[in-house]
Amino acid sequence: MNVKQITERFQLKVAAGANGLEREVNGGYCGDLLSDVMANAPVGCVWLTVQGHQNIVAVAVLREIAAVVLTGGRSPDPDTLEKAEQENLPVLLWGGSAYELAGRLYALGVGTPPPA
Amino acid sequence: MRLKDFKADLHVHTCLSPCADWEMSPRKIIRRSRELRLDLIAVCDHNSAENADAVMREGRRHGVCVLPGLEICSREEVHVLALFGELEPALAMQDLVYAHLPGENRPELFGHQIVATEADEVLAESPRLLIGATGLALDAIVRATHDRNGLSLAAHVDRPANGIIQQLGFIPAGLDLDGVEVSYRLSPAAARTAFPAIGPLPCVTSSDAHGLAEIGRARTVLRMAAPTLGEIGWALRGLHGRMVLT
Repeated sequence: MNVKQITERFQLKVAAGANGLEREVNGGYCGDLLSDVMANAPVGCVWLTVQGHQNIVAVAVLREIAAVVLTGGRSPDPDTLEKAEQENLPVLLWGGSAYELAGRLYALGVGTPPPA
Repeated sequence: MRLKDFKADLHVHTCLSPCADWEMSPRKIIRRSRELRLDLIAVCDHNSAENADAVMREGRRHGVCVLPGLEICSREEVHVLALFGELEPALAMQDLVYAHLPGENRPELFGHQIVATEADEVLAESPRLLIGATGLALDAIVRATHDRNGLSLAAHVDRPANGIIQQLGFIPAGLDLDGVEVSYRLSPAAARTAFPAIGPLPCVTSSDAHGLAEIGRARTVLRMAAPTLGEIGWALRGLHGRMVLT
């Protein structure tokens, strides 16, 4: 599954980084402490967070994150969108809770181990 | 004892902080502070005080009082200022922070971290992840600051990113802060209304300057006998005629 398919499936708004929508998604991560995400987010994951400040872009690039989803109807800062565009990092918006989106992504098989 | 009104900007970054501009060198910071007629500034880089001495020396040469400090990131990712009256306790605090700060910087992602001399020469680049979070809990940082005779202020509490109110939802009752800092975005008076969580804590405002044009964009006027840390402590508590004027 790639970022574009996730965007369409959940009707996520693309706030920045449309050039990165073809990226493959290998898993998911939920986290609002950047130190935690920097240490633990899987490479190529879709990252769900409430943090909209520009440091999320540097963290996403560092961990080779496929896309960032801002949950709970949060808006990213203008600086964030500018930096995300430069990095072709998709920043997507979801109005509901991270819990719901994470659950539904997991149910779709995102980040679950392949069947034996 | 004659009291005077001192214009202070208690939160100024240098080129050591990865998110700060290259131009935030000791000389330029002091020159700009003089232009703005600031009496007192505090140098607070992320998780470090390695440029404090250079700025202090340059400040002494040009009549700007400089206090050494750090902007420490707690394990809860709350930013808290540690202000000191002298270099030695600031460096002792730095030692503690460094002992609990994992990671290496990536300058291409986070920015360069320049350790500078008072003549604006590049001494070194710090390899540490200064933008990272320490493993120190917030109350441990406050206690360690006090143990080293420093003042502990929650940084930019009105700001969502790394502000205590956003990160924790409230200011913990038992946390022995000396005050809170409000960003340039609103006045302390407006902040008290917008953020009742501040409660009775003393409130200062500063620039959090990462570039020369930002220095002094917010400042606190302190009525004190002298620009020392002890006097600032009294001003925050409203003791002996010292006070925070806003």
